[in-house]
Amino acid sequence: MANGLLELGRHGVSFVRTIGGIFILLGRLIASLKELHRSLGLFVEQLYVLGVRSLPLIVIISIFVGAVSAWQAAYQFKFIGAPLRFLGQAVGKAVVIELAPVLSAIVFAGRVGAGITAEMGTMKVTEQIDALESMGISPVRYLVLPRVLACLFMVPFLVIFANFVAIVGALVVSIIGVQISSETFLYGFRDSFQLSDFVNGLIKAAVFGFIIGLVGCYQGFNTYGGAQGVGRATTASVVISTVLILIFNFVFAVILFRI
Amino acid sequence: MDTPLIQIENLCKSFDGHEVLSGVSIDIPRGDSIVVIGQSGCGKSVLIKHLIRLLEPDSGRVLFDGEDISRLKTGELTRLRQRFGMLFQSAALFDSLTVAENVGLGLKESRRHSAAEVEDIVSEKLDLVGLSDAADKSPAELSGGMRKRAGLARAIAASPDVLLYDEPTTGLDPVTGDMINQLIVDLREKLSVTSVAVTHDLTSAYRIADRIVMLYNGRVQFAGTPDEIKSSTDPVVKQFISGSATGPIQV
Repeated sequence: MANGLLELGRHGVSFVRTIGGIFILLGRLIASLKELHRSLGLFVEQLYVLGVRSLPLIVIISIFVGAVSAWQAAYQFKFIGAPLRFLGQAVGKAVVIELAPVLSAIVFAGRVGAGITAEMGTMKVTEQIDALESMGISPVRYLVLPRVLACLFMVPFLVIFANFVAIVGALVVSIIGVQISSETFLYGFRDSFQLSDFVNGLIKAAVFGFIIGLVGCYQGFNTYGGAQGVGRATTASVVISTVLILIFNFVFAVILFRI
Repeated sequence: MDTPLIQIENLCKSFDGHEVLSGVSIDIPRGDSIVVIGQSGCGKSVLIKHLIRLLEPDSGRVLFDGEDISRLKTGELTRLRQRFGMLFQSAALFDSLTVAENVGLGLKESRRHSAAEVEDIVSEKLDLVGLSDAADKSPAELSGGMRKRAGLARAIAASPDVLLYDEPTTGLDPVTGDMINQLIVDLREKLSVTSVAVTHDLTSAYRIADRIVMLYNGRVQFAGTPDEIKSSTDPVVKQFISGSATGPIQV
């Protein structure tokens, strides 16, 4: 019992320390914004490395996200006896407000968040971050700022593609698998489409991107213990980002999409 | 007498309850070459990292030119660090940059030189360490000795006042190690810098030191010239320099 409490206390302290550390890094990041002009080249490079290179993966998962959502929606429509002509409405809404932003962000956390932590964690354990500081170069300005900003901008950019590709995937399944016409599907989609849903989806995506970048950098900066430490930090980065994405997603649902 | 360039006063540092430095005081005069020796894990690297505030002391302080470096604001700390050059134990070259980019990064980021000047300085420093041919290679393509030399070129790129060497010869074969020692001696003569090295390689220490400081159990056990340490009667010092497994030092 006492040991259990002690263990719980230890986890509690570690959780509070992580949250505190993330906020300290956030403060340093905001302070480094005044030197953003010095990191523009690095920022553009990260837009490409983190964002553009993630595009093929996002396209592939989005095709199947759209396809399965059309299929499963049709399956449920049949179960409750709803007319299939409403498929476009149901799938369109689900993709734009939930599936594209959340699933793209989770995949991005797995690819990019993990990559950031592994790279920065390796730099930490091989003293490269100390070397930067020893040269009077701020690692927050040089490493964190370009990556976090690139994540902030690139996740919404990727979600725009994800929306489009997922709708195409759903359309194809609707025509071939569910046998409704493309006109019916697209009419339903257009009928239910609201610009505010689309924009809110992108706002969510930007916040998710920011979380992924910040958590990825924080975990990388706080890596210790060689290769094993890098592995541990990378896993923690993806787990923490994913949990935060889902928590924030619920908060956004309550705030942005009023019932 | 001149104030020493660097004064380490009663420095204490612990990690997870384990005390690594328990009150270390060392004065480093301008232009001197100090070598800190001691067993692996005795806090040598921890000590050297305090000199440019890569680590903060639990108590005690480090003065540079009479000024407590823990009081420096961000901009002042950056300027202080730019007066230092550091060679890291594993060279700590940036994997994503070429050798030349590694050497030129500090200059480029300090924004005090044009691109052409940076290029000239980089090629001069690479020439000095004999790595002109490796300028466009990535660090992964270099041998251990070449990495140290590239790290050395990077450390001296901004013509620092003080050079810090963390285990400059560790992991190198004796011939390459001696080449690094020779480079350190040559650099000191050419650039007339103050240097602080930490090592457990005594050959290297005798070669490059004006004064040797030995750390033991988190404190300064001995401080003196290479000749004085060789004739020391302190049993701890004698055991360490003779490399004997028996004596007061327990592993």
